Amino acid sequence: MTWKIGGEAGFGIISSGTMLARAYSRAGYHILVTNEYPSLIRGGHNVVTVRIATEPFESLNRDVHILVALNKETINLHKQEVAEGTLVVFDPKDGEPGASDFPKKVVLVPVPFKDLVTQLHGEPVMRNTVALGVTVALIGSDFEMLATVIRDQFRKKGDEIVNQNIAIAKAGYDHIKQTFGTETSMYLSQVQKKEDQLVINASEALGLGAVRAGLKFAAIYPMTPINALIGFLADHAKSLGIVYKQPEDEIAGINMAIGASLAGVRSMVATSGGGFALMVEGLSLAGIVEVPLVIDLGMRVGPATGMPTWTEQGELQFAIHAGHGEFPRIILAPSDAKEAYTLTIDAFNLADRFQVPVFVLTDKYINESQWCVPKSYVTGEVVIDRGKLVKDGLVPLEGTSSFPRYRTDTEDGVSPRSVPGVAGGQYFANSYEHNEEGHVTEDSAKRIAMVTKRMKKLAAIEKEARPPTVFGESDAELTFVSWGSSRGPILEAMKLLAKNGKKARLIHYSWLYPFPSGETMKLLSPATRLIDVEQNATGQLAALIREHTGILIKEKMLKYDGRPFYPEEIVEKVI
Amino acid sequence: MSSITADTFKTSFLPTWCPGCGDFGIWLSLKDALAKLGIGADDGLIVYGIGCHGNMYDWMKMYGFAGLHGRALPVAQGAKLANHKLPVIVVSGDGDCLGEGGNHFIHAAKRNPDICVMIHDNQVYGLTTGQASPTAKQGFKTKSTPEGVMDEPVNPLTLAITAGATFVARGFAGDPQGLTALMAAAIEHKGFAVLDILQPCVTFDKVHTYPWYRSRLYKLETEGYTADNKLKAMERAMEWEDKIPVGIFYKEEKQTSEDREPALAEKPLVELPLTIQNLDELVHEFV
Repeated sequence: MTWKIGGEAGFGIISSGTMLARAYSRAGYHILVTNEYPSLIRGGHNVVTVRIATEPFESLNRDVHILVALNKETINLHKQEVAEGTLVVFDPKDGEPGASDFPKKVVLVPVPFKDLVTQLHGEPVMRNTVALGVTVALIGSDFEMLATVIRDQFRKKGDEIVNQNIAIAKAGYDHIKQTFGTETSMYLSQVQKKEDQLVINASEALGLGAVRAGLKFAAIYPMTPINALIGFLADHAKSLGIVYKQPEDEIAGINMAIGASLAGVRSMVATSGGGFALMVEGLSLAGIVEVPLVIDLGMRVGPATGMPTWTEQGELQFAIHAGHGEFPRIILAPSDAKEAYTLTIDAFNLADRFQVPVFVLTDKYINESQWCVPKSYVTGEVVIDRGKLVKDGLVPLEGTSSFPRYRTDTEDGVSPRSVPGVAGGQYFANSYEHNEEGHVTEDSAKRIAMVTKRMKKLAAIEKEARPPTVFGESDAELTFVSWGSSRGPILEAMKLLAKNGKKARLIHYSWLYPFPSGETMKLLSPATRLIDVEQNATGQLAALIREHTGILIKEKMLKYDGRPFYPEEIVEKVI
Repeated sequence: MSSITADTFKTSFLPTWCPGCGDFGIWLSLKDALAKLGIGADDGLIVYGIGCHGNMYDWMKMYGFAGLHGRALPVAQGAKLANHKLPVIVVSGDGDCLGEGGNHFIHAAKRNPDICVMIHDNQVYGLTTGQASPTAKQGFKTKSTPEGVMDEPVNPLTLAITAGATFVARGFAGDPQGLTALMAAAIEHKGFAVLDILQPCVTFDKVHTYPWYRSRLYKLETEGYTADNKLKAMERAMEWEDKIPVGIFYKEEKQTSEDREPALAEKPLVELPLTIQNLDELVHEFV
């Protein structure tokens, strides 16, 4: 069942989606919340879509089953998305839509939003609360399920506000029960709740993964779509014993994070493409001074300011090639909140073990969409591996006076690292090419030795590169190839294709760089029909595959309108 | 008594500065100031900018970070927040700190981290063979300004005072004793300490020579000046040409950037446990 609510920005549209999802998540249903909004605070059109199901699923479907229109514009903009029998909820005061306004046969559900709010002395902004009551009634759920969420949401604002909101939601609920009868086509059957679930977006999940991995310092300049991460870290800085610093710009941000990492704590930055463009020089610095660093690059529509609140996968090649000079890096790309949590923990361990920058490449769609994640998934034991960080018993190399921080004789190119303040560990972290103690050098042999040492890390990392994940059977007639957030819609598309008797397979990359070329050769070479599915205009993963394996994927499904893929459009294009 | 002396900081490298460069005086004074304060090679961190000044790390044995041009202050602030027990000193230049890194300078001052920044102020970009720096005075002829500098100069002192620095001073590279005392005071100051150091560039500036400065400099302390008033400090900081003051212009005690972080109340971040104590509570917010 897919529920969509639309209305003017500033009318609590986004938070109503979270509340509805929380109510159903608590009851044991599976949920996914996505939002669409323009880059402004008031007056634009905001939309939230919540899919609720009794069984697990991977993405939204295109059809909307309950459309709640808090203004007339919502109907105009979204009438094409309705299915046969969709319930269209509207306020007659906004004008009565006719059945002929819709491409399919819908059921009109008039609800006097404005009147109900006025009768209970509420503010116009509380129409979204009426909508929640209406929705719960249409789905045939118990009102108390919603009431507890409202209580938690408004608890800090006092009993009066809590009670008023409950009364307003109840008025919507009762209105449906009285006027619409007791049964609708949207009834969801009961589920057995297994355990508590979190309703969490990928930014928050990434934050949770970071603090569980021992993050202590983050310097993040505000930018859509990573602002929820700032909120998470800032809200919990005190209780978690971490420092979140808002820098004056992204250049300061990455340099602060490098400074904190140099001084021995796990640190990170997060930004979107434009902010990352400013960080590029700092990335190169992290590469040569070999400090561990985690970067969440939350992609959005570019170039330049582009469409700042919409989604795209346009920065894979940028992340791979960013930075002047050559140095190793690792690029990971989660496809949802769960993977954002686990890959972030991996990112911190990899950064420490190999003393390199590690990217967690996300996008607006996953940064701001909310998934349900079982509580046990984020409370299990976490392994923290700080690699070759040494804090005592340090001695300088014979014949020199400083600690050989950049010694070149290690097999994997990773040298023991001391931190300022540790006795016997004195060295220079030097952005100039340097010798083993960090002193500047322009000597040919020493330059070669140091480049070789750094690039040995790339070979060591390559040994640990994770192969792509394979979904579906190897005898499938078509093979999708994807990375990051495209995974969900493709997996849903595969379900639809199976219903049509078409066998499909997905080869999905969460680990993108260093590129797992050997496994890719093995998996892709025998495939008969390969289809590259990406949210960009050039096929950046396909280019990477071509570069590293020679395999040319001719068939590409590229989308760059700022909206995530829908499973149905994938199906339509391959059949 | 501390066994730390200027020799503690010796490395196998010798300075590559031009003979007579003001950087020598600054380097010698810094070593003396650190020895005086008992800060040894393993005890603190110096973050260097890029420029002639920044090459100092090679002959200065102490934990050092030579990063990017203009970005020394953010690195220093990150390191300080990670370990606020660690003395953190920034060795920067007028181009590094006030040109490329100007925005960082303003924002560092407003945050008041317990960091001391020493600005090697010689009005030129020496390492790139003598172009005008942000502090170059109007009319000064350099490689990039053959007809003389057109713009007004940046005044590091008035900028620091208005931006919120809590210790603002000026020293002279040709006065080792006076400079050592100022450096020690700047390092000891709890808060953002800005020490602008006038420094002749003997190769690319034939105007602002040692004698040029010596004939104009006077010490604020000899005039009974007290460094506790921003307006008075501004007035003195704007004196130039015939009489140029050195000494401490302004000083106040204020909460530092680190004081304001609740996470740093007991221990430095680097000493805190990596595991979360209140995981259940944290996770429950999302249920």
